[in-house]
Amino acid sequence: MNPTNPTNPTTHPTTHEARTVVVVTAGLSQPSQTRLLADRLAAATARELERDGHGVQIEVVELREHAHAIMDAMLTGFAGGNLARAIDELTRADGVIAVTPLFTTTYSGLFKSFVDILDKDALTNMPVLLAATGGTPRHSLALDYSVRPLFTYLRADVVPTAVFAATDDWAKDGGTGHDTDRDASPLPDRIDRAARALADRVAARRNDGPADPFATTPSFLDLLDG
Amino acid sequence: MQFGIFSVSDVTRDPVAGRTPDDTERVRAMLTIAKHADEAGLDVFATGEHHNPPFVASSPTTMLGYLAGVTKNITLSTATTLITTNDPVRLAEEYAMLQVISGGRMDLMMGRGNTGPVYPWFGQDIRQGIPLAIENYALLRRLWTEDVVDWEGRFRTPLQGFTSTPRPLDGVPPFVWHGSIRSPEIAEQAAYYGDGFLHNNIFWPMSHTKQMVRFYRQRYEHHGHGRADQAIVGLGGQVFVRPRSQDAWDEFRPYFDVAPVYGHGPSMEDFTRDTPLTVGSPQQVIDRYGAFVEEVGYYQRQLFLVDHAGLPLKTVLEQIDLLAGEIVPALREIVEAKRPDDVPANPPTHAERVAAARAAGQAGVTHVGEAVDPYTGTVAEEAAEEAAL
Repeated sequence: MNPTNPTNPTTHPTTHEARTVVVVTAGLSQPSQTRLLADRLAAATARELERDGHGVQIEVVELREHAHAIMDAMLTGFAGGNLARAIDELTRADGVIAVTPLFTTTYSGLFKSFVDILDKDALTNMPVLLAATGGTPRHSLALDYSVRPLFTYLRADVVPTAVFAATDDWAKDGGTGHDTDRDASPLPDRIDRAARALADRVAARRNDGPADPFATTPSFLDLLDG
Repeated sequence: MQFGIFSVSDVTRDPVAGRTPDDTERVRAMLTIAKHADEAGLDVFATGEHHNPPFVASSPTTMLGYLAGVTKNITLSTATTLITTNDPVRLAEEYAMLQVISGGRMDLMMGRGNTGPVYPWFGQDIRQGIPLAIENYALLRRLWTEDVVDWEGRFRTPLQGFTSTPRPLDGVPPFVWHGSIRSPEIAEQAAYYGDGFLHNNIFWPMSHTKQMVRFYRQRYEHHGHGRADQAIVGLGGQVFVRPRSQDAWDEFRPYFDVAPVYGHGPSMEDFTRDTPLTVGSPQQVIDRYGAFVEEVGYYQRQLFLVDHAGLPLKTVLEQIDLLAGEIVPALREIVEAKRPDDVPANPPTHAERVAAARAAGQAGVTHVGEAVDPYTGTVAEEAAEEAAL
């Protein structure tokens, strides 16, 4: 292992500057199960990063608060005000936790609309932890067949464990052995596993912010040569 | 600074009157609007170019050629001329013709067009938008500046010994702007040639406009045309004005709420905050637009969109009167006070460009009538005389 190689994901940077994790949550009710899951994931990720000596800053983007602005941005082509600031934070984050309720087999329309107004490069190489809430465990694979491809398309670095929480999961014992349902590991275990994986990626990442389109514009002679 | 109006030529239902003009009525309304702008004393009228309903301005030089004959002072321009889907040979011919007919009282603005399906109607592909804009414009310039052109490129048939006529007025091509909202490549193109750059920011926040203009200015200086603050910049704008602010809001809101592009979207409150759209009294427009020079530096052309969203012709003419009568004189005074002495007040006129070309020893010939036919050894005049005998 070469400790001077900053691209080696197993090497923690020597300076442990604060890492920013942006939590995007698309729950509609207040309080929402989706927000509850998002908070659990954020807390677990922060704990893992702090254990490794990193400062952590968590920013939560409640899409409900931006619902009208997201639709306006779809119609006008630009995001204004608070939504623009939220997108900027997201784009500059070291990692993202994205949580959506599952509606009729997939991410909510609000969640997808938000993703649709992002720049196509906004999440390139971004460590992303995906999570979803749903009414029954039967929808759990929607994360992998529906939500994950969206982020793969955006070239995000999606952690292998995606966390699905059905209503039942909140009632279970958290792994103390009194539960008779052994189909899946308990929700707290899944949260910890996913948070650990995200923390590793966040710690290894250096986000220089979005590419400056002006800095990458070719000079005119290159354009002429086409 | 020049102040003018630009039209996208949309045929839109008037949501208050409940009626939609037909294409003929809309075209004639545009002519009336342009003539009125000239009489009221505005500096520029620019027409869009579109080839799909609900827009009627498919043939800009026909419209501008007519207007050249019926207006006196106003500069006729485009917003924009499609450099991607038009054959540069036809553009060279049509706009040189317009330049001659108008006595140089014109310029034009290149744009790529934003409607994907239009490209294949003219044999092109929108994915090649930037390369088309680059190559076609390079050819257009040669057709205007060189009497005989041999040319081969990627997008049209080669030319051998081709001469575009009429030759530009006084041997000096029209001044060209490049319009782009999002593409730094186009700002770079404008900067490379020392042409003007117009950012049509009517649907965009000023923060974005500032970045694009700053980039163009830096590159203008880089390419050796002068200092960054001397580059030729234009901005779009959008206003609805009544003497009393509340009247403007009440009258414009039903049009805003269902307007093409932003209708059914953001509230008028949000949109007027985030974009240059200003609805209110003349003084409110003066305050807002008078401050734009602080954002982008002194600029040379401010265009307003006033004839869209189904607004009745009478209302549009009243908007022009308010602009020309109250707003523009005040704005001119404000921005002129902030202009450094060695920054051009306006985009170059034809006369200024001719003088500059002569001074540089570059003015070309005004015609090519002496060209000898290589097969018969005669010139065009002799052939015409023989035919007349």
